[in-house]
Amino acid sequence: MALHFELVTPEKLVRSEEVYMVVVPGTEGDFGVLAGHAPVMSVIRPGELTVYSSANSVTARIPVEGGFAEVNEKGLTVLAEAVGEAA
Amino acid sequence: MASLKALKNRISSVKSTQKITRAMKTVAAAKLRRATDAAVAGRPYAERLEAVMASLASKVTIGPNSPKLLAGTGKDEVQLLVVATGERGLAGGFNTNIVRAARIKADQLIAQGKKVRFYIVGRKGRAAIRRIYPGMIVADHDMSHAKKAAFADALEIAKDLIARFEAGEFDVAHLVFSKFQSALVQLPQTIQLIPAAVPQAANDGPRGVNAAVEYEPDEESILAELLPRNVAIQIYRALLENQAGFYGAQMNAMDNATRNAGDMINRLSIQYNRTRQAAITTELVEIISGAEAL
Repeated sequence: MALHFELVTPEKLVRSEEVYMVVVPGTEGDFGVLAGHAPVMSVIRPGELTVYSSANSVTARIPVEGGFAEVNEKGLTVLAEAVGEAA
Repeated sequence: MASLKALKNRISSVKSTQKITRAMKTVAAAKLRRATDAAVAGRPYAERLEAVMASLASKVTIGPNSPKLLAGTGKDEVQLLVVATGERGLAGGFNTNIVRAARIKADQLIAQGKKVRFYIVGRKGRAAIRRIYPGMIVADHDMSHAKKAAFADALEIAKDLIARFEAGEFDVAHLVFSKFQSALVQLPQTIQLIPAAVPQAANDGPRGVNAAVEYEPDEESILAELLPRNVAIQIYRALLENQAGFYGAQMNAMDNATRNAGDMINRLSIQYNRTRQAAITTELVEIISGAEAL
């Protein structure tokens, strides 16, 4: 089962894709979100979003500059203030 | 009757004006497309933020400890109007309409005995507001350096506003800008910026899913993070809408100007031809009567 992941900045919708897992840098610590995660709303600190396309493969590390992460029944939405180049 | 030479000069001057207005129209059309794209691209963020705000606000009860940006200062004595206009003119009534909307709001507030202050964004509103309400502008934010509305600008304005709000400079802030309806229609609008006008979550709907949401760190701190951001987003949206509206208005104004110039050229050409014909006839009459006299 895939997780629907969306990354939005005020300027545009950066990513909208199906992934396996995303590790989000929350203010209270990093947390990984898989499909079917319980609803969470968290503030994120400046750091890196790590996107996994499968259990062992990292497809992207995206530097983000603070914002919010919301997990609901539709998937994970990250509202970031600014997004750096994916590495 | 104007001389032939004068008419010719006028025609060529109107023609070159028409060239300029036509070029400006084309440029405005291209920029309009870019501006609407930017406005559309900014929509998902704003929509999601609004949804999050709504679901949070329904959970947090407004008390004496809740953030001031949400609850307000409890007074409404000093009202701040943030007026966002365009940077440039030549866009028909675009800037005037925004200023007019601001005036209506300001006069209304003054009539209620409130103190009104202005915060100006964009060059074109400054002069007009200063003329009508001298000494009431607290600050203005110059946007002329930027070619397009950037979120960084909105953020800067929001920070400044919030700092002033926290320093107790004003109690309520409204934002006046022009909503982009279509290339032909721009609606000047006034929205409440501070305290945040929280979208009322649909409480009647089944929102059981929401009840189980876990908040990290907790509702209040998230809300405290979110509110300043919301101010920035509102301003950013206003800037985007303004920009799109401005180019729409400019495109329209320039289209009209081009058409008017065309009409004028037609009229002048007819006059020119008539005058020329009259001159030829007179000349012929002179030659013939000269010949007859011999």
